[in-house]
Amino acid sequence: MAKVPVQFTLNGAEKAEFIDSGTTLLHALRDKIGDTSPKGGCHQGTCGACSVIIDGELRLSCLTLAETCNGAAITTTSGLSEGGVLHPLQRAFLDAFATQCGFCTPGMIMAAKVLLDHTPNPSRDEVVEALSGNICRCTGYEPIIQAVLTAARSNSQNAA
Amino acid sequence: MAIRRGRGVAAINYPTGMNLGGDPTQALVHSTPTGNFMVTLSSVDLGQGMKQIMAQICAETIGVPTDRVVVDTADTDTGPHCMGTFASRGTHRAGNAVIQAAKEARQVMLEVAAEELEVNASDLETDGQGNILVKGAPQKSISIFDVALSAHFKRGRSISGRGMFLIPRSYPEKETGAMKPSTCYAHACTVAEVEVDDETGEVTVLTVKNVFEIGRALNPKMVEQQLVGGSWMGISHALYETTEPYYPNRDHGGTDFNQYLMPGPGDLAETQIIVLERPSADGPFGAKGPGEMCANPQIPAVANAVFDAVGVRIDTLPITPERILRALKAQAPN
Repeated sequence: MAKVPVQFTLNGAEKAEFIDSGTTLLHALRDKIGDTSPKGGCHQGTCGACSVIIDGELRLSCLTLAETCNGAAITTTSGLSEGGVLHPLQRAFLDAFATQCGFCTPGMIMAAKVLLDHTPNPSRDEVVEALSGNICRCTGYEPIIQAVLTAARSNSQNAA
Repeated sequence: MAIRRGRGVAAINYPTGMNLGGDPTQALVHSTPTGNFMVTLSSVDLGQGMKQIMAQICAETIGVPTDRVVVDTADTDTGPHCMGTFASRGTHRAGNAVIQAAKEARQVMLEVAAEELEVNASDLETDGQGNILVKGAPQKSISIFDVALSAHFKRGRSISGRGMFLIPRSYPEKETGAMKPSTCYAHACTVAEVEVDDETGEVTVLTVKNVFEIGRALNPKMVEQQLVGGSWMGISHALYETTEPYYPNRDHGGTDFNQYLMPGPGDLAETQIIVLERPSADGPFGAKGPGEMCANPQIPAVANAVFDAVGVRIDTLPITPERILRALKAQAPN
């Protein structure tokens, strides 16, 4: 079957690929483009490890067909640091010991980023709600919740 | 029909490692030409922090900052032998092997430094910052960087060491069957408070208060991280997780993450962690294995709390609403 052209920006850089029709965005990102920060956990939209941001919205890349992303702006966790300086969320996850095996971490950070983009000073309940689609096996979630709250506080201090 | 509150307590001990006909781990340590140190292992870091802890142990033994140590793990084709990362044995077994390897490497390092400084190696000490000093005369010193350069390019020495830690096989005594499966035990105690809805059988864990005795905490923040996550996992095992809810009947078993239940970020019990440090006799710097024991005491504590709340003894995990309701029904007078 003929390959399908797909074109989008990934973390600000233009990307163009020929893919098989029906290829998921997760597969395209990891195996075609080489951005392995989105993880393939369940491949059916239940674990959240593959979360990415498409045009400002949190999306599951394992349930998104790559060919539907033509012209989209896609953000992944690997695009968050700038010039070697970690994003406040990445910094907060490190400082709070909010990652162990690390498999859920990129998805957690994507979910948290969309939350903070829309709600810069979230309540604990709002953080819990935002992370509720992401499964973590190691941490017991509390360090992750604390990391997101800390990142929100450091954001608001920088803005002030 | 009411929400009933209960409190349960449980205490456990948990072996560090297990003896399967001898329990060895080996390690190799060598310096690079610029005085960094490589630790080579076949032990796996699966997120528990093995690399960080082994770097700390090697650095402490040799006398360099931790960031001067690189740990290479988990190529069982090419690395020194390890029985594996299981039974909470990684820190204890691999740590002891790394200490032995690092001591041997340190001895070579001091011998090279002694030749450079024209003193006796036994008169040298390290400052932990990457320098070797003459005891009592610290103005006479040499950096480990320069010692490594000398070893590699001038004196033809390999600053390296071999480490081996073996718990020998324990045979059962013929008369009693007694044996020694482990040499080192961690301990824990948990108090759990629950609410049980005796109409729906639903259990809510309100609080868990945990005390863990884990030997020496080699990295206190990572120990805390392990214990917080483990406490959550213990509750998850007690109340939610199973692949075969009607074992040995396989019906209704979860087949994916949708159906395999675990508490999410909105279902967390208020969790307290207290660490008791009582250094073990044979652990590296007194460490024991906190890995798996931290998810154990919550299970009997929750079961006991359910009994305290509604008076039924659930002896099959997980403690589902269905099991509680069936037990309540069996107990009710007709």
